Amino acid sequence: MSKKYDVLVIGGGNAALCAAIAARRGGASVVVLEGAPKFYRGGNTRHTRNMRCAHDAATEILTGPYTEEEFWKDLLLVTGGQTDEELARHMIRESKDILNWIVEQGVRWQPSLGGTLSLGRTNSFFLGGGRAMLNALYLTAEQLGVEIHYDAEVTDLVIEDGMFLAARLKRPIDGANEIRATSLVAAAGGFEANIEWLKEYWGDAADNFLIRGTPYNRGSILKMLLAKGVQDVGDPTQCHAVAIDARAPKFDGGIITRHDSVVFGIVVNKHAQRFYDEGEDIWPKRYAIWGRLVAAQPDQIAYIIFDSTVVTSFMPTLFPPIAGQTVAELAGKLDLDPAALEKTVADFNAAVRPGIFDHTILDDCRTEGITPPKTHWARRIETPPYLAYPVRPGITFTYLGTRVTREARMLMKDGKPSANMFAAGEIMAGNVLGKGYAAGMGMTIGSVFGRIAGREAAKHARN
Amino acid sequence: MHGTRILDEADRLMTVCNSCRYCEGLCAVFPAMEMRRAFSDGDLNYLAHLCHACGACYVDCQFSPPHEFNVNVPKTLAVARAESYAAYAWPRALSGVFARNGLVISLMAALSMAAFILGFAAAHDRDVLFGVHTGPGAFYKLMPHNAMAALFGAALLYAILALVMSVRTFWRDIGAPIGGRADSGSIFQAIRDAGELRYLHGGGVGCYNEDDRPTDRRKLYHHLTFYGFLLCFAATCVGTLYHYLLGREAPYPWWDLPVVLGTLGGIGLVVGPIGLFAARMQRDSELLDEGRYGMDVGFIAMVFLNGITGLALLSLRETAAMGPLLALHLGAVFALFITMPYGKFVHGIYRFTALVRYAQERRSAS
Repeated sequence: MSKKYDVLVIGGGNAALCAAIAARRGGASVVVLEGAPKFYRGGNTRHTRNMRCAHDAATEILTGPYTEEEFWKDLLLVTGGQTDEELARHMIRESKDILNWIVEQGVRWQPSLGGTLSLGRTNSFFLGGGRAMLNALYLTAEQLGVEIHYDAEVTDLVIEDGMFLAARLKRPIDGANEIRATSLVAAAGGFEANIEWLKEYWGDAADNFLIRGTPYNRGSILKMLLAKGVQDVGDPTQCHAVAIDARAPKFDGGIITRHDSVVFGIVVNKHAQRFYDEGEDIWPKRYAIWGRLVAAQPDQIAYIIFDSTVVTSFMPTLFPPIAGQTVAELAGKLDLDPAALEKTVADFNAAVRPGIFDHTILDDCRTEGITPPKTHWARRIETPPYLAYPVRPGITFTYLGTRVTREARMLMKDGKPSANMFAAGEIMAGNVLGKGYAAGMGMTIGSVFGRIAGREAAKHARN
Repeated sequence: MHGTRILDEADRLMTVCNSCRYCEGLCAVFPAMEMRRAFSDGDLNYLAHLCHACGACYVDCQFSPPHEFNVNVPKTLAVARAESYAAYAWPRALSGVFARNGLVISLMAALSMAAFILGFAAAHDRDVLFGVHTGPGAFYKLMPHNAMAALFGAALLYAILALVMSVRTFWRDIGAPIGGRADSGSIFQAIRDAGELRYLHGGGVGCYNEDDRPTDRRKLYHHLTFYGFLLCFAATCVGTLYHYLLGREAPYPWWDLPVVLGTLGGIGLVVGPIGLFAARMQRDSELLDEGRYGMDVGFIAMVFLNGITGLALLSLRETAAMGPLLALHLGAVFALFITMPYGKFVHGIYRFTALVRYAQERRSAS
């Protein structure tokens, strides 16, 4: 038995809900299949906090203008040019309108009050965070008459000549084990929680990755689409990865396991050796590079080492730092070679040159005669207790995805647009983000392309 | 380690929340938390009393149960709040009253109502007790005004003394400087925040009760109860002034100020508690301090009893039922006064005190 709708949305995060709402407002009958149980609905959106949108003037919640051109330059900077310019500029233009549209869907913003993020000009913050934003979108979708099912895992997609026909269900819904729809919106996220798939590109190192979001982001829809002729986009090894506490749970530790203390100390690997300039850049970039840096170290582990003078300089942490009265004692607790760590700290301390410390700018505190250097914020580590956070790569989302057009329509391997398949969110983020990341861009991609995909899917269905 | 298991849990949660801070825009608890990196018992009690149990942070939290971080701020702070009532009670010997609150409150209500009925019956003939008394001074045929004023004045003064002593301990414990006083600006701010229940709005959408859909009903019923209480109190004050300043004796005609205030207040004290009781019964058990059923319901019932006996007395005061109804109403009021420092009534006092402290902290931070 099967059920038929105008638009089928697979996924349950920001992109999926924006698509569902837009399609429903476009007059279509809409069903949303969320693979996770209700509590875990929304994939990575659960853990997000803000969205980056262009705006021409200050608003109630945002200071100053953030022009399309500036957004574009920021995107160019973080991706190193690995982006589809036409799609990216289109997204940036649409992001201006999304700021208001998302509020019309019940989502509420708050001024940026605290924390260490200095994003008050570029990014809008969700009141109550990502889950609050999701709750609002779900409530609006339900009120509009969108049908929503949880634990609704799709096991197969029936696609013929680039045309979606039906989705097969693991568990029947109202007796139906198949959902047919005139249009499909795939918004089911990346494959970051699929360790086996990650291992295809990372090898055994992926066993040591921690996944910041839910265990339900397994990329099964992406895999089906690519297997059935949809064109892929993006480097499969590229992902949004930050250094998070090694004591965090394997899945769903979310935002609170991150560390922003790198700038206040040094980072060593399991051989107690430094391996990268801890003072290279300011927050947004620094935040996004350390996941990959740690992933490249032996056993994918590293330790942020600092001393007691700076413990109140960064956000309070979920896990307390590991402490030792001497560097050797600390090394013992971290299972590092005490002599090696003592030498690394001593060498670093000896190389520090005097300067005026200011962690909000690229200051003049730096090292000399040491490799790698610490080019900013270098201060001696010499006041006990000595402290450390163990860190591992924390994967947020992957960039391999389905190639899409400006209308969020999937492109097939032969270069032709699909008749009725659209994609939004992380499943197509790689079109815009070839590599790198800047805070809030995932949500921009999700909302902008979600709305476009929903609108276009409804238009197709009602034609 | 803290004094109690619940404070240990509150400390754990505040450590989790302080490393997240997504909820900082929802209410006062989280900005107050952000001003601290470590939490004393007093800090945690302060945060517990800032929490209005709107439930928004629970519904919005990505780490609430069934997540392994098991973050349930409203419930944890509700238990901490309730435990702190006993911890700050004066005199200390009576702090145990909170543990069996429902029982104590109902016993007090029953006993004092019975005492008034028996007292009336013992002091008067049957034809006085069940007589029809009208016109000024009708009530005082059953109990002389001066006796009434002395008895209720004494009960109220005791309640105020006990509450002041408790709040003093609380004020010192939540980090106010010893001997420190609240400035008038902070008090004014707190009056506004408490008066409009500013933090029972879930960050703007309304508070959560039975599920993840926000509604504002608890706020409405709380307003009815609270302002109903204030109107009734105002009615009593105006009546007292009439008596001593103008020499006008109760009962007053229906259009007169004490009766108008009392009628409106009485309606609030009937509708409000019914709504609060219904909301409590519907509330998601994940958000509820289930161990405090007796205290919550005991207080709701006591307030309701005050309202309903007052309204009954008003409508039947010119009939033979006046005597017994007056005894019931006076019994209910007396029980309410005397149990005020040892029941749910105190939550408003501590909450207001915490709001003063919060306003102070905000002013000195900015």
